[in-house]
Amino acid sequence: MDLIKDDYKVSLEVFEGPLDLLLYLIKRDEVDIYDIPIGRITDQYMEYLQLMKVLDLNIAGDFIVMSATLMLIKSRMLLPVEEQKAQEDEEEEDPRWDLVRQLVEYKKFKDAADHLEDLEVHMENVFARESEHVELGVAPDIDMRDASIFDLIASLNEALGRVQEEDLQEIFAEEYTVGQKVTYIVENLKIAKRITITDLFGGMTSRQEIVCTFLAVLELIKLNRIAAVQDDHFASIVVEPRDPEEHVGGGIEDLEESDEIEGELI
Amino acid sequence: MAMSESTVDVLPELKQIVGALLFAAKEPLTVKRIRKAMIETGNGFGGPYEQYAKATDVQIEGAIEELMADLDRSKLGLGVALVAGAYRLQNDAACGPFVRALLEKNQTMRLSKPALETLAIVAYRQPCLRSEIEEVRGVSVDAVLRKLIDMQLVRVVRRSELPGRPWLFGTTQKFLEHFGINQIEDLPGSQELRRAMPVDEKKKDTTETFPDIEKELKVDKSSDEEEDDNSMAALDEEIQKEET
Repeated sequence: MDLIKDDYKVSLEVFEGPLDLLLYLIKRDEVDIYDIPIGRITDQYMEYLQLMKVLDLNIAGDFIVMSATLMLIKSRMLLPVEEQKAQEDEEEEDPRWDLVRQLVEYKKFKDAADHLEDLEVHMENVFARESEHVELGVAPDIDMRDASIFDLIASLNEALGRVQEEDLQEIFAEEYTVGQKVTYIVENLKIAKRITITDLFGGMTSRQEIVCTFLAVLELIKLNRIAAVQDDHFASIVVEPRDPEEHVGGGIEDLEESDEIEGELI
Repeated sequence: MAMSESTVDVLPELKQIVGALLFAAKEPLTVKRIRKAMIETGNGFGGPYEQYAKATDVQIEGAIEELMADLDRSKLGLGVALVAGAYRLQNDAACGPFVRALLEKNQTMRLSKPALETLAIVAYRQPCLRSEIEEVRGVSVDAVLRKLIDMQLVRVVRRSELPGRPWLFGTTQKFLEHFGINQIEDLPGSQELRRAMPVDEKKKDTTETFPDIEKELKVDKSSDEEEDDNSMAALDEEIQKEET
């Protein structure tokens, strides 16, 4: 019994989806795809679903949807022709037509996929100069220009690491706000054009100041005023103004006010 | 060919130069980059070399074809292939097993059937929606699609104008390289699969956007293939455009 189970399992896993299974059934019985004996195919399809259940395979919802479709078609086929016409539009064709169309189209792409597979196997044997065989996977030539949020957070951590332990006994007044730092960054970028994150945090000794600066960077990125870019893997992150003439400088005042609250929360 | 009829014996013919450039290049070469090297050499050396600066794209392409035929005929184990719009020197596929052994590349990753099916649909239907792929395959393709994007075989082209502004997907340059294809149109039956009827019918209310996108794509392409312009600046610009 176990043996049989395994056999089934192997053959069942081949199906990529309900259409694949249907194609298999049609091919196995050598039926005309344009004239599917819907009753028989539906029964066989249901048998397979049953088997999958017995074998505890997770039946994807797609398989269930298809069985409902098959049932619907089957029931429509059972209606006498006149009643079918009465129920449906004048132009309505064979109830199987939609499914056939889908199957035929799927088959075409399955063939196209086979062709791609052949090409892939062929290309395995082909090496270009520099033995630059195209390798799959996340490649090093990925565009590193846009630094991710995680890169930014890493820089924040780095900056925070440099700060000496604060004296936790005292309560300081809020010295810095995000809005203030926004202005600071914008003003500096007017002069410098490009500032590395490290320079931006450089000289800052308070945790709060660094956090405010970091939030200011995020805020400015969100507002599309600046861009955080990285020239290379693990290179330092650089902030630069985006569209310097138009944006930087405009509307900073409101920002300063609205962000005061945010800054104080930290 | 005008080049080969040069008065000085030592001057190489175009076919030789093209071969040397392909050999020396670390990456596939476009005709434009070859022409740039010709112009620079011609202008730099002057004299009899000046004729090289005048080589046209058509002449260069002709020389490459000649080289291809020569290599093929003489069974050197090498060939020139046109992949993703650029020429490259590569070994004959028949010798692949030996090369793989030499380079210790015996473990190659192959794409799964679902990945290939999804990729085929994206390739023929691009730019296409995830829902279109799912319609054809009859299963959810979320995970497969994400994996293909990770592998840089599929990319997000842009958002569509449909409700919810879903992403439109297309294939990448790496896709062409991985399968050794020059352009999507070279895939068999691309006309038929691209214009399969169900999508056209079902997308009735959105027909305005799709032809627009196609028009846009065509404009992009034609601007890449402009006639020969001999100014260096223009050539540089074109090369840069190709590379980005």
